[in-house]
Amino acid sequence: MNVSLALDIGWGTTLAIKTVIVLAIIPFGALVLGYTFLLKMMSHMQSRLGPMDPGGFHGWFQLVGDGIKFLQKEDIMPAEADRRVFAMAPAVVVMSTFLIFLVIPAGPRLVVEDLDVGVFYALAVSSLSVIGVLMAGWASANKFALLGALRAAGQLIAYELPLLLAVVGVVIEAGTMSLQGIVVAQQEGAIFGFDAIGNPFVLTQFVGFALFLVAAQAELTQPPFDMPVAESELISGYMVEYTGFRFLFFFIGEFGTAFAFAALAATLFLGGWAIPGVHGATADLLGPIVLFVKLMAIAFLMFWVRFTYPRLREDQLQALAWKVLIPIGLLNIIATGIIKVAVS
Amino acid sequence: MIAQNVTFWILAAAMVLAAIGVVRSQNVVHAALYLVVVLAGSAAQFILLAAEFVAWVQVLIYIGAVIILFLFGIMLTRAPMRSDTDLDNDQRWPAAVVSLFLLGVLSTLLIQAFGDKEIDISGGHGAELLAQGRAGSLAESIFAAYVVPFELVSMLLLAALVGAVVIARRD
Repeated sequence: MNVSLALDIGWGTTLAIKTVIVLAIIPFGALVLGYTFLLKMMSHMQSRLGPMDPGGFHGWFQLVGDGIKFLQKEDIMPAEADRRVFAMAPAVVVMSTFLIFLVIPAGPRLVVEDLDVGVFYALAVSSLSVIGVLMAGWASANKFALLGALRAAGQLIAYELPLLLAVVGVVIEAGTMSLQGIVVAQQEGAIFGFDAIGNPFVLTQFVGFALFLVAAQAELTQPPFDMPVAESELISGYMVEYTGFRFLFFFIGEFGTAFAFAALAATLFLGGWAIPGVHGATADLLGPIVLFVKLMAIAFLMFWVRFTYPRLREDQLQALAWKVLIPIGLLNIIATGIIKVAVS
Repeated sequence: MIAQNVTFWILAAAMVLAAIGVVRSQNVVHAALYLVVVLAGSAAQFILLAAEFVAWVQVLIYIGAVIILFLFGIMLTRAPMRSDTDLDNDQRWPAAVVSLFLLGVLSTLLIQAFGDKEIDISGGHGAELLAQGRAGSLAESIFAAYVVPFELVSMLLLAALVGAVVIARRD
């Protein structure tokens, strides 16, 4: 099969198409994850009957109903709030998600911008969401919101380090920070001369993979790392004063970021868009589907943990990051470096 | 005027306005948020100069860590919601004189050193310059040519870190 996808269009049109696609991916990813995992998987696992009822078959109408409910809610802003900062905060959170998607490749040519420092860039912009969280917590003029924002900031700073350290092993093995380069390195790699399935880094970097998943879970402030939004003691933390449309932004930001992190993990550890024996234009056509299947598998793991484990206490949470994950990450880097030098 | 020049002036204007916001703001949280705009602007300037890696380091370290620690510290201690008149003191005029002086010194220095230099980006030179800004060539110069200064700096940082822990310990 030899399909030519090359169209003759100017850079302005290309830019517009790319922007529209990335803007569409965030709500799409948020809806897909929210529907599949939050509503359906959780309902099955926890025997929740409510989300299985609306609309008849399997409660398919639940998400539409939720959407209508959010849009018709009143937009409330606390009297004491700092109006501009309060309004900007959800946008900052969503913008950080938007920026991650710019470097995730969905095919040999299907990437918005294949940056030389791709994975580094992705982690750098993902840390920007903390600013949005702090803005939201402070501008709400509510002590629960402020406490939640402070917990979120402390947690996100602590878990950014294991996240970065987990990725370093992959970068050492691939020899590049470009996400496209990392995918190609996995596709063309071989396990002791056996190259039928390439060399997905989950096999050699399983420590990094585990670290990445745990740290991503904490970065998303999902249970068991949901101290910042703990609804039973902090009544949802920094989001407590947000209603309707603005709350929807935070919701989309959270699940859109989960989608982005799952896609990043699939790209770094499972070979991204690549499957054995598919090259060229066919890979461009199949790539998005392959990437989607892989990221849904990873998202399944993340949400499985989310629905299963109880919340960690604040001190346990910090101790896990600084005393367990970071030392393991450093050891993993040393081991990967030594093996890389010894093998090559 | 090529596109880069136009972009430079837009970014520079935004950065100057935000920088004025940092010093003029009556609220310390707003000042920190204005500082985010200034730092993001300088990251964008690094991209214009084809120093991609430095730009994203700027985002990760300054916006992603330093500003967040600022905000964290402010909110952990006072987090004032209203304007704080104590922020503005009576040293405006000396400060203006000092910053004008600094502006004069730096611009004289830059104009005398690079005023009439033009970077040749014709033919293969542009790609060559781009390659110099890439992470690979940066890593080579840090870990091959300048490895001793690099290690010295990391020892210095380590010593500072240990010192901070010693000072902060109560016992």
